[in-house]
Amino acid sequence: MGDEEVKLFRTWSSPYALRIVWALKLKGVEYETIYEEVSHKSDLLIGYNPIHKKVPVLVHNGKPIAESLVILEYIDETWKQHPLLSDQPHQRALARFWAKFGDEKVLPAIWEAFTKQGKEQEEALSTAVENLKYLEEELKGKKLFGGEEIGLVDIALGWLANLVSVFEEITGLKLIPEEKFPLLFNWMQVFADIPVIKESWPPRDKLVAKFHSIREASLAKEAEKDK
Amino acid sequence: MAESDLALIGAWQSPFVLRARVALNIKNLQYVFHEETFGNKSELLLKSNPVHKKIPVLLHSGKSICESLIIVEYIDEVWSSSGHAILPSDPYGRAIARFWAAYIDEKFFPSLRSIAVVQDEAGKKAAVEQVITGISLLEKAFGESSKGKPFFGGDHIGYLDIAFGGMLGWIKVTETIAGLKLIDPETTPQLAQWAEKFIHDPAVSGVFPDIGTLTEYSKVVIAKLRGSAGAK
Repeated sequence: MGDEEVKLFRTWSSPYALRIVWALKLKGVEYETIYEEVSHKSDLLIGYNPIHKKVPVLVHNGKPIAESLVILEYIDETWKQHPLLSDQPHQRALARFWAKFGDEKVLPAIWEAFTKQGKEQEEALSTAVENLKYLEEELKGKKLFGGEEIGLVDIALGWLANLVSVFEEITGLKLIPEEKFPLLFNWMQVFADIPVIKESWPPRDKLVAKFHSIREASLAKEAEKDK
Repeated sequence: MAESDLALIGAWQSPFVLRARVALNIKNLQYVFHEETFGNKSELLLKSNPVHKKIPVLLHSGKSICESLIIVEYIDEVWSSSGHAILPSDPYGRAIARFWAAYIDEKFFPSLRSIAVVQDEAGKKAAVEQVITGISLLEKAFGESSKGKPFFGGDHIGYLDIAFGGMLGWIKVTETIAGLKLIDPETTPQLAQWAEKFIHDPAVSGVFPDIGTLTEYSKVVIAKLRGSAGAK
């Protein structure tokens, strides 16, 4: 593909935007990055994603695409090198299923466990454990969710490999203990060490500070509600 | 295609099951339909979709495929030379269709459901606003997507027609129960015309629920959902 214009609107920390960074880098696609501030979104971003007004947005030759999982499939269909999805329909269906499961079940449960305390946190953790068990099962006999190579599911779940340890540091909780989830624990290490992934992590100290504030704010809000 | 090779676990009332059935019809596929009873999940369902325990589930040569939109894509990919293509061929068209389908599932449908279930006035008002906003966005998206043709997918029913069309039964029921006009020739002329075409399309008409029956059924469901929601 010759003269292409590929732009990615992201924030420095968005795990959803990071998925797109990984996909583009794995495929060796050249792109321009536009960093956005959550508190002050550019008119350009809002113009490209008026419905959700969020990152990531990929703009390819002037055409915007929003929603990270939708963008990932677009990237896979447009740039064929290093495929993220199998060409077998059932394998594709399974990959889409697990990517969706990650976003709809795993992420909310872990987020709830991170932003709450006491009984609510315990319940969220319990739900998270149930969901993580399915992921552990899915990794049986595999190094990565995509098999030997990173695939869509690895990218969709990749936020675990970074943010879980940040959340664990802040809360003192063990979200993914090695004894309970040996395969998932191993996957997180393997995934995080892949060069393209490793070089793209946002600065850890900044992440710890940011999520620490988020947790504090969430707990304060809960305390207000209880008054 | 041997009939026993292909089966769908579903229920007549489900908008998500309807999506799968329309896709199967577009591809002229014969299949066994396992009808579930509301409130009593079968062994087959629990075994085929242990993670979510939800319908629809497509069973094909011993494999289960779950999640309605994933099922639609699967059907389109496996039977790519039957009937007509469900997803557009160009990646950008596919991305737009998938974007709106995600919007329908994540924003539109939960609000639609809320209108009937939520009991506090503020919550209900918010849900109604979200639904009306969603419909006006989809009216605009229809114009852009159809380019003057009868469906989101152009000449034939496509992915977004299926994603949104599946909801039409419940949209009509909500209009009746809540006294609203959601899809209406005056405010949403394109969608009003599209809805009629969709419902009467040969791939849809045989499986689209009877609105009277669905309305009666919805009263039972709403009472049940309010019962469990009111406990909080």
